[in-house]
Amino acid sequence: MKLFINGQEETVSLEEASIAELLSHKRVEMPEMVSVEYNGRFLRRDEYERIRVKDGDRIEFLYFMGGGSN
Amino acid sequence: MNLTEEQIERYSRHIILKDVGGAGQEKILQAKVLIIGTGGLGAPAALYLAAAGVGTIGLVDGDTVDLSNLQRQVIHFTADVKRLKVDSAREKIEALNPDVKVVTYPERVHAENIAAIIKDYDFIIDGTDNFPAKFLINDACVLHSKPFSHGGILRFDGQTMTYLPGSACYRCVFNSPPPKGAVPTCSEAGILGAVAGMLGTIQAAEALRYILGKGKLLTNRLLIFNALDMEYRQVNIRQNPECPICGERPIITKLVDYEQPVCDLRSRYHA
Ligand SMILES: [Zn+2]
Repeated sequence: MKLFINGQEETVSLEEASIAELLSHKRVEMPEMVSVEYNGRFLRRDEYERIRVKDGDRIEFLYFMGGGSN
Repeated sequence: MNLTEEQIERYSRHIILKDVGGAGQEKILQAKVLIIGTGGLGAPAALYLAAAGVGTIGLVDGDTVDLSNLQRQVIHFTADVKRLKVDSAREKIEALNPDVKVVTYPERVHAENIAAIIKDYDFIIDGTDNFPAKFLINDACVLHSKPFSHGGILRFDGQTMTYLPGSACYRCVFNSPPPKGAVPTCSEAGILGAVAGMLGTIQAAEALRYILGKGKLLTNRLLIFNALDMEYRQVNIRQNPECPICGERPIITKLVDYEQPVCDLRSRYHA
């Protein structure tokens, strides 16, 4: 299955994986660290288990970045 | 307003630009930009905006300069250690460009004071180092229809987006602050000083292009870069109908303070 993850095309052997499974596959240890955009829509955390990825999906993992001053 | 001979010379490299010109430089000289946080992002942003001749620059920061700030907060010098950051920054700006009026707010933004502070400014730069402040700035700017630039940095990474009323806001992307401890701060994880400069100058360029009304701002897109491999990418975003502040059924209708982070390197080492 081909997915576009963070703008890069990737072939993954994770048929019908949930977003939660994809996060752990991508070694995002704490889902709280990212916001997930799935085919142009930002997901709520309660959707991570329910949504199953399919061929051609576009997924962005956007990390919180809090730095700036001190 | 008419540019003086001296101003024509000082800003000649701006004025020669087709997209700035004398008229654009006059807009810059009349503009008011607020910089919240005079640290890694706010320091380079303040220097470039001052050099550009932004008429009024507001600086908000309640902290004093620490020796460990000097690796990236280029507006503060060794002799400024222990001084208020806003005083140190004001001095450099005034020395750089007497055209600039500096207004200082030696305090932290919170739900009670932020509306009054942002009120008089055309554009706001978020250069803060913590999520409670970042969400507060977003919420205040959305509720009061103020354009602002979001910036975040960590290690070798940076991200930035610009909000204009009607475009996607920070909460459209990041619904609410991460749980405390889930995301390290710069003091915990480190930051390459030059990365702060890269991002702070992008934020300054956003403010200037907003003032000039030229080009395409970073609205409805999040610019992300990794300076370790020097890779840039942008993610298209759009207003999120489920956004808690600008969505179809907003649940945030007044400003709230989130708990401030309590752990930094110092408290971990000295606890
Ligand atoms: Zn929003």
